[in-house]
Amino acid sequence: MLENRKYSVIAAFLIVGAIYLFRLFYLQILDDSYSLGSSKNSIKRVIEIPYRGQIYDRSGKLIVYNTPVYDLYVTPKEMKVPDTLAFCRMMDITRSDFDSIIGLAKAYSSLKPSLFLRQLSKEDYARIQDALVDYRGFTPVMSSMRTYPAHTLANALGYVSQISKKKLDEQEVPYYRQGDYIGHNGLEQQYETDLRGRRGVKFVMQNVRGVNKGSWKNGAFDTLAVAGQNLYTSIDLDVQQFADSLMLNKVGSIVAVEPSTGEILVSVSAPSYDPNLLSSRFFSKNYVKLARNPYKPLINRPIMASYRPGSTFKLIQALVAQQQGTLFPSTFYSHAGAPVGCHCAGGYTLRGAIAKSCNPYFYYVFRRMIYANGDRNTFRASAIGLQQWHDAVYKFGIGQKLGVDLPSELRGNLPDVDDYDRMYRGPLRWKFSNVYSLSIGEGELLISPLKLVNLAAAVANRGYWIVPHYVKGIGQLGAGIPDQYLEKHSVGIDPQYFTPVIEGMRGAVVQGTVDKAANLPGTELCGKTGTSQNAKMGHRFDHSIFIGFAPMNSPKIAVAVFVENAGWGGDAAARVAALVVERYLKRKTEANALKGRVIEANYMPRLAPARPVAPRKIDSVAKPAAPKPMMTGRPTAKPAPVAISGN
Amino acid sequence: MARDPEITRNIDWVTVMFYIGCVLMGWLNVYAAVYSPETHPSLIDFSTNAGKQLMWIGTTIILIICILVLNHRFFDTFAYVIYAVMIVGLLLVLVAGTNINGSRSWIKYGAFQIQPAEFAKLATALALAKYLDVPGLNLTKRKDLLPIGGLLILPCLLILASNETGSTLVFASFIIMLYREGLPGWIPATGIVLALLLVVALIFPKLYIFGAILALGGLVVWLMPRYNRTSRNLISIGLVGVAMMVFATGVDFFVNKVLQPHQRNRIKVLIDPNVDPLGVGWNVTQAKIAIGSGRLSGKGFLEGTQTKFDFVPEQSTDFIFCTIGEEHGFLGSLIVVALFMGLLCRIIFLAEKQRSRFARVYGYCVGGIIFFHVMINIGMTIGLMPVIGIPLPFFSYGGSSLWSFSMLLFIFLKLDSRRAMTLSRV
Repeated sequence: MLENRKYSVIAAFLIVGAIYLFRLFYLQILDDSYSLGSSKNSIKRVIEIPYRGQIYDRSGKLIVYNTPVYDLYVTPKEMKVPDTLAFCRMMDITRSDFDSIIGLAKAYSSLKPSLFLRQLSKEDYARIQDALVDYRGFTPVMSSMRTYPAHTLANALGYVSQISKKKLDEQEVPYYRQGDYIGHNGLEQQYETDLRGRRGVKFVMQNVRGVNKGSWKNGAFDTLAVAGQNLYTSIDLDVQQFADSLMLNKVGSIVAVEPSTGEILVSVSAPSYDPNLLSSRFFSKNYVKLARNPYKPLINRPIMASYRPGSTFKLIQALVAQQQGTLFPSTFYSHAGAPVGCHCAGGYTLRGAIAKSCNPYFYYVFRRMIYANGDRNTFRASAIGLQQWHDAVYKFGIGQKLGVDLPSELRGNLPDVDDYDRMYRGPLRWKFSNVYSLSIGEGELLISPLKLVNLAAAVANRGYWIVPHYVKGIGQLGAGIPDQYLEKHSVGIDPQYFTPVIEGMRGAVVQGTVDKAANLPGTELCGKTGTSQNAKMGHRFDHSIFIGFAPMNSPKIAVAVFVENAGWGGDAAARVAALVVERYLKRKTEANALKGRVIEANYMPRLAPARPVAPRKIDSVAKPAAPKPMMTGRPTAKPAPVAISGN
Repeated sequence: MARDPEITRNIDWVTVMFYIGCVLMGWLNVYAAVYSPETHPSLIDFSTNAGKQLMWIGTTIILIICILVLNHRFFDTFAYVIYAVMIVGLLLVLVAGTNINGSRSWIKYGAFQIQPAEFAKLATALALAKYLDVPGLNLTKRKDLLPIGGLLILPCLLILASNETGSTLVFASFIIMLYREGLPGWIPATGIVLALLLVVALIFPKLYIFGAILALGGLVVWLMPRYNRTSRNLISIGLVGVAMMVFATGVDFFVNKVLQPHQRNRIKVLIDPNVDPLGVGWNVTQAKIAIGSGRLSGKGFLEGTQTKFDFVPEQSTDFIFCTIGEEHGFLGSLIVVALFMGLLCRIIFLAEKQRSRFARVYGYCVGGIIFFHVMINIGMTIGLMPVIGIPLPFFSYGGSSLWSFSMLLFIFLKLDSRRAMTLSRV
């Protein structure tokens, strides 16, 4: 019985075989639509590259558009150049350039066209167009070039250039071909699939002489090119360009967001470059020059630079401690007994301590927070407390990638118990006295400017943040924004705890650590200064930091400013921030004297041996070389007293 | 025993001839696919795919000799051990594999790469044959079917985890063997109907499908002898119809509502390449143009134009059939299809002659696997099957594939030669 099933199996095999043979017979004999060889005509495949989408700012001003240019292709076998020297003169290249390009083209194929010169402007092409009749084998192909009328935002935008070998090999669906253009870095890379559109393919019949004989099969196999979608960003171009001018002769970054939406208004990375440099035909020359520049203009500092947050971090400490119940607006600490130095008179309650940025105050806040769990073993108490603290701080986005719509965002660092266990080679071998520099934002913390502006936004919102993002619309304003840029993230702090902190921040600007000149009327700026240790690492000055938002009760803008090697946070950074905020809120600058001072200031670091970018992960606190477990809470051998600067 | 002089005489030379024909044609076509008129590479230039393929053929011959020299009891005795080793290999590749084209299924050593998934079919076939060799096993009983399912699912999951959907689907071919060994006929029938419905549900609007199912049901009732139209039969036909509609709606809902747009496109592209005219759809159109341009007798060896100038992607691996169709025309295609059909029928014929169930089951597995590969691979180049990247047995470039198919076939021939030997002695 079952033996008979072999007939079904064999029948199934043969039926499939027969169907396939019939299909092949149809394809190869009956249907002549696929037969190319029968006629003298050959089919040429013409690829149509669509226009890449343009990029706009939040009010519809153009940031990036395309200029039509011509790429000149050469087919070596058809090439006839009667007078090479005259030809080279016309093309503005040298004889050796010509020889090497033709050599490469021949090596690739003598029958297929290779790129000869790219991105000839309309004017250049008009100049040579008539003369080209005398030279055979050169074909112009319309193409386009990215142009940046605003000359700004280079780092956030990225650039468009030929696809690299690596990316070509890595693509899952083979879309790109050798020599195709693709967005690199920044928004150009992030929104590549939206911006690029869809390539079209046209089949054109040509006779043996290469003359077009119309479309093949009436275009049945053609696919039309679809232009790329425009990208609307949340950047405020006027404020952006103003902020650019403020960062002249400085290293650092400015990021500003709208707190209620997380939209990035300003994104300055200084020093930067004119994005037009990387879209011309001199791409490689310019790129090499930028890559070799010791100030590293190619780094997008708002997301790729890591700093210790310094005193700006005290905001988080104040909020987390209040939520934990170990700090009240009326809590009072003096300077006495704290191992951290300070510049203020000392003896404040919470509001004053924030306004004056009192280091010992936050040393004690942190100490009480860590030991709040009451474990009798101080080592275990430190570990438990630190983990609780870590989990609370993590909710502010510290130590994680926020998910901004740019590639290559850095995670930064928020140390947890495991990190210290590893550092001290085992659990319960360290305690509060080893980690107290975290209390004022030093130590193992690493934070990017983007995360700090996010912190400012979370404070401005009294308890939540939205992932900062550049996109404000794909195709049209407000459309296609990914869901993750609408979601609110709670920081887990009740709203009432924000009041004393925000009042303290206002106090910092009015009568605290901030330079009096930066308290501009009509802005109601609230802020916190910070000074990230740098002078110790062999540099002359610390990094100046300021984060804040304005106006106080209905925040419209949150801002974070980093100026490297500029010393106190209350000076350089606070002034820049105040000017940016004023510009955004009033749409004009009234504090012209301050503006002049800021623009003139030069904080470019000396080059050797200093490194212009903040060093990553160098421990500032002098840690005991071989930490010994200690039995009491009081350190017997205190770490060398470190005067941690913070203002 | 191992030095039995009768070994070569008892080998089924008909199958070997089919095999040699396939491998030689495959090699010449790999050469044709990579041949470029500008460089005139030699057939044995080891930097090209054709040269490497020759090296693979050489190593395959050594492998075949090893298999023929081994004791025939080896495969029976070590079936489960081989299966276990294969599982370990698949696990290893998940941990230490190299990522190529988005699937983490290769172990790389120097310039050459090995894909363990290719050998999983072989090991699973042996293990299944060993399991079914137990007398009294009944494939209509759930108790006996469950372990078989387990033997099949385990490698499937591991291969799926390394992102090789094509190789996973090949495991469906074991259904042919199971059917022959007594699996109730409705199981493969349901499988085929579901697969058809899945494809149809993604291509046509729901209303058409419902109409077609209704019409089909009506046709069945109409064709039925009158005395069979009891209310019980009518109700079951109605229920089957409703179940088919529910399934079609479910597929439609799942793909269009539950999946993310990019996942949806991936599935749709599998069924209907025109969804993505520049990606997969492009390949299929180009493959059809290449094959169609071959006409009756083809353009001649090395004369193909479509497969030369990179019109067809993957032309020496998955789309090797295009080169055959273009350069050798319908006659060449006919010969290749006939070669495979002959080989498959011969394998089934031999399998039926086996005296041990082990050898018969294994033979059916070999036939099923080769059939499935041929059906999918040729089917996708002529636009009858979804584009699933699995090689054409013995033809496609690649050492893993050639090795595994040759081992698969020659283990069967070794088992078969044993039968002939015992017969000649009786």
